[in-house]
Amino acid sequence: MIKHIYGDFFLLKLFFGGSVDAEKIQKIPDKENSMLKFKQYYRVKSLEEAYELNQKKSNVVVGGMLWLKLQRRTIGGVIDLSDLGLDHISETADAFTIGAMVPLRDLEQHEGLRAYLGEALHESLRHIVGVQFRNVATVGGSIFGRFGFSDVLTLFLALDAKVKFYQAGELPLSVYASSAPLDKELKNDILEAVILPKHVEAAAYRSVRNSETDFPVLTCCAAKVDGVYRVSVGARPMRAAYTADLTGILKEGITPETAAVFGKWVSEQVATGSNVRASADYRRKMIAVLTKRNVLDLAAQEKGGQR
Amino acid sequence: MSKLSQKEYRVVTKPIRKLDAMQLLTGQPVYTDDVTPQDCLVVKLLRSPHAHALIKEIETEKAMAVPGAVAVYTYKDVCQERFTTAGQTYPEPSAYDRLLLDQRVRFVGDPVAIIAAETGEAADLMLARVKVSYEVLPAVLDFHTAKDNELLVHPEDNWRSLCPVGADNRRNLVAHEEDSWGDPDAVFAQCAHVVEKTVHCKANNQAMMETFRTYCEIDTYGRLHVISSTQIIFHVRRIVSNALGIPKSKIRVTKPRIGGGFGAKQSVVAEIYPAFVTWMTKRPSKLVYTREECQIAASPRHEMEVRVKVGADAEGHIRAMDMYTLSNSGAYSEHGPTTVGLSGHKSISLYANQLQAYRFNYDVVYTNLQAAGAFRGYGAPQGIFAVESAVNEIADRVGISPIAIREINMTREGNVIRSYYGELATSCALDRCLVRAKEKIGWDDSSLCRMLDDHTVRAKGMAIAMQGSGISNVDVGSATVRLTEDGGYALVIGAADMGTGCDTILAQMVAEVMECEISDVTVYSADTDFSPYDSGSYASSTTYVTGKAVERACLELQDQICGLGAQMMELSREQVVFTSDSVRSEDGSRAVSLLDIATKSMCGNTQAMQATVTHSSPTSPPPYMVGMVELDIDIETGEAKVANYVAVADCGTVINENLARIQLEGGIVQGIGMALYENVTYMTDGSIAENSLMEYKIPSRMDIGKLDVEFESSYESSGPFGAKSIGELVIDTPVPAIAHAIYEATGVWLTELPFTPEKILEAIEQGGKYKNN
Amino acid sequence: MDVRFTLNGVERTVPISADTLLLDLLRSMKCYSVKRGCETGNCGLCTVFVDGKPVLSCSTLAARVEGHDVVTLEGLREEAEAYGAYIADEGAEQCGFCNPGLMMNAIALYRENPDATDDEIKEYLAGNLCRCSGYEGQLRGIRSYLNYKKGEACHE
Repeated sequence: MIKHIYGDFFLLKLFFGGSVDAEKIQKIPDKENSMLKFKQYYRVKSLEEAYELNQKKSNVVVGGMLWLKLQRRTIGGVIDLSDLGLDHISETADAFTIGAMVPLRDLEQHEGLRAYLGEALHESLRHIVGVQFRNVATVGGSIFGRFGFSDVLTLFLALDAKVKFYQAGELPLSVYASSAPLDKELKNDILEAVILPKHVEAAAYRSVRNSETDFPVLTCCAAKVDGVYRVSVGARPMRAAYTADLTGILKEGITPETAAVFGKWVSEQVATGSNVRASADYRRKMIAVLTKRNVLDLAAQEKGGQR
Repeated sequence: MSKLSQKEYRVVTKPIRKLDAMQLLTGQPVYTDDVTPQDCLVVKLLRSPHAHALIKEIETEKAMAVPGAVAVYTYKDVCQERFTTAGQTYPEPSAYDRLLLDQRVRFVGDPVAIIAAETGEAADLMLARVKVSYEVLPAVLDFHTAKDNELLVHPEDNWRSLCPVGADNRRNLVAHEEDSWGDPDAVFAQCAHVVEKTVHCKANNQAMMETFRTYCEIDTYGRLHVISSTQIIFHVRRIVSNALGIPKSKIRVTKPRIGGGFGAKQSVVAEIYPAFVTWMTKRPSKLVYTREECQIAASPRHEMEVRVKVGADAEGHIRAMDMYTLSNSGAYSEHGPTTVGLSGHKSISLYANQLQAYRFNYDVVYTNLQAAGAFRGYGAPQGIFAVESAVNEIADRVGISPIAIREINMTREGNVIRSYYGELATSCALDRCLVRAKEKIGWDDSSLCRMLDDHTVRAKGMAIAMQGSGISNVDVGSATVRLTEDGGYALVIGAADMGTGCDTILAQMVAEVMECEISDVTVYSADTDFSPYDSGSYASSTTYVTGKAVERACLELQDQICGLGAQMMELSREQVVFTSDSVRSEDGSRAVSLLDIATKSMCGNTQAMQATVTHSSPTSPPPYMVGMVELDIDIETGEAKVANYVAVADCGTVINENLARIQLEGGIVQGIGMALYENVTYMTDGSIAENSLMEYKIPSRMDIGKLDVEFESSYESSGPFGAKSIGELVIDTPVPAIAHAIYEATGVWLTELPFTPEKILEAIEQGGKYKNN
Repeated sequence: MDVRFTLNGVERTVPISADTLLLDLLRSMKCYSVKRGCETGNCGLCTVFVDGKPVLSCSTLAARVEGHDVVTLEGLREEAEAYGAYIADEGAEQCGFCNPGLMMNAIALYRENPDATDDEIKEYLAGNLCRCSGYEGQLRGIRSYLNYKKGEACHE
């Protein structure tokens, strides 16, 4: 469906066949039009079981299924993590732990995170189609897939979150997001959670979209994390990348001038590309504008003592 | 005519609920896929991956080996007489250039084989197992180079054009015409100001929520019964007959509720395939289009490039217009010869007041791209975009306001509109619409462009528009009204309510004439076996044409009722009068109730209590509209959002205020989508990038600011109760009004749709009005 | 395989295959209010409640509702009638094909945020596309219903 835009996850129409049981025809609801086909549904009882099943190339972990569904392919089976209690967000003094199966809508509505991240959280999620879509789409699906268009990846990347895998354990999201291609071990690992340490001092999120509920033309999140100004940029249209105020442009304070200079600087650090939504050149300009505005928001938050 | 000449009506003009509203809102099963069996054959289409190719070989054995496989039909199995799928009155202006399946495929998505299976799952497997080898041919993908290209889209000898529209398959021409009045070149030579402009509109999709779908079965008498989501039951009957090569008398077409149409379902997109399967297998079958199929192989708007030249004298009198439209019909001719006409006839005609000459030439070409069809506005939005942009620009050149230039030039009641078949503007409140719209938006209260904050500018823009009311001397509307057993009325029509509410407004007309309540009227539509002939619901014809038939049928039925009532009272027809619930003697001394007359009509009666009237109009009086926008533009990102859209329309008498308002609002939002979001991008292989609602972005409710609409009625004496049309007009103003606002904000005229943030930012940079950029 | 779940208050056990979508299952169980308008999760026509939350049934595996509570508009007739009447009074139902999904989500909105502002209504219902109405009439109807319910609550 979206082959022209995000070629990386368009797979050719593959049908491996298989027989249609005559009796099944009578009973089982017909598929009017489904592109994704599989024979097995594994509702696993443990992460270990999920991990074992996931070592088989033909099995896929299903999150919200929104993106998986668009792939025209036949797979062996899907692994459903619904029963593993990964649909909760827990808060400790040091961190939020967001289970991989937490729907985006729950993320958006979580009181603790809302208080902690302010408008940035809502702004990063509210353009994603609609409430019923976000009730299905999961945090894990968004992060694990490392989709170029992902608002969620852009958000957590700037916030310097960590990802927790069943086998690989914890690693910085920035490492996971930037390792390309993903090694086989991570590919076949099970994402358990996204961990957001409480090191965020301020955060601001913006995107440019051709229409409100479209895929973004560009996403941008700026955050002050442990005293460092970090910026992530997604939908370039490639997957989100991040940088920080490495040259100290904002060291002497955030002013409209330094914010603009910093925005310009960031736009020179991050590569952009073209697709049907916008050109590389336009995206480069948007990096500068969104970074500038986000950074000015950070200053306002710091000044106001709240986000 | 002023408002004062309008009568006070009792039921007509009232905001009555749609008769089917609560059924729809509570989710009752009333649509094609709900009311037809689920356990029928599933029909799917194998489509061409190539823009232009000849099928060398099709292997179907493996597909037929799939358990549940029923049939694979190829070009070898179908009737070899060409036909058109355009739902138009015979003889269709669209050329007969289609076969059910052809050895030559002409666009990415052209059907190659029809698959029939016991289940959808089996059909999917079969699709994957039909092996086709193609001889891939070079394709015509640029509509600028299509005319007289040595590559021909339709080289076949049995291609036929039934009407003199200038079609020539040897030149890739779907239609060609040159039309003029006066001496445009001489008048342009005298003009102090001349503006030339070329605009480019895309092949937008109707994107109605219910995709195309058709169920077919063989009825008790061995005939083919087609149940389909269509606007045009009678045209479907003829087209299925042509496609299958079977007599029309063997076909019955009915339509249940329709989940939106907007013209998409004025072409026979889906019906012919399951019809063929059912006729061949004698088994029930169903075809439900996917959204992707709707986006890549259906009946979108014609992509057009419109070049316009407008000339005005020093005071701003518009004296001459010259338009050339190049229209891309795609691989087939559906609606190509007719849509293009509206690009000129509905735009140049807005300025009849001072015009001394015009020229309007066009070419409609074949290409190896998705074939186009009918979409609300039908060519008018493309032409109006060009003309309104040019008129707004010329106002600027003359140094007068966009309002003033309309006041001088716009068509007024009593004008003879040369570019509109010489029709007289019998009812036109465009002047009043302009005044009212201007007041509502506060046009003069603030400058046309002002800063809201350091990076947001609010700019105003405007446009005017007209459409038609049916196709003059062509469209036929009919209605049957009968007295029911309980003294109420049954209305049977062949028009199709596609959500617009025509069942309800036509019932209002019955209630008005028969002096009863709307609840006393039942409506049935539409069935080729039962309904009186109606061209169907398109071309803004239903209220104006079919409505008039309803009004006249009611008067005839009244006469019949009076006749029987008089007979029952042993009086002559002249001695009785009709009242709401009875027939009375003129002196009021005696009466028989409608209930008694209805009862009598079923006992020893020889006079039908049923009237059928067929109506057609020699004119197509235009409804008019003024649209004004306040557009908020982010000058650093180019993002634009409609903050406020004001529209005032003259559709003659408003038959149902609520339903007409929703037409206005809905049409405006479609127009906003066309202006800002809805793109169609052809890839180098001729396929379409925007092949889903994920890529083809119709407006969501978050995209739309405030809409503020109202009516400024004229009275059209040829229409029912003074009504004209509303359905199509409403989509015409947003594109030029938004382009105008962007000009006011940036100093640059955008000419290619849609106006994405990137294009607007380019305009901002090019205009250089904002120093920080 | 079988799936056991509650549909509109009634416990049901029905055969499915591993990849059956909830949308197809519900239509096969004669819940015809559940419509398919796209294949990409964008239109909202297939919205149903799972455990009281509005979800896209086109993107939910039937197998996943095992043990859960599913409600379609067939199970909310009274509420749909009361609420829908306000939309009918605006003529904003139009073709009606998006109506069931819209009504489901509008009911969810009311239950979650009965005090919603116009902007909150628009955002909550952004995933319910409508091509006919231009959204304003639907907004007027929803606004009227919410106001009416608010008035009702005040009088209690």
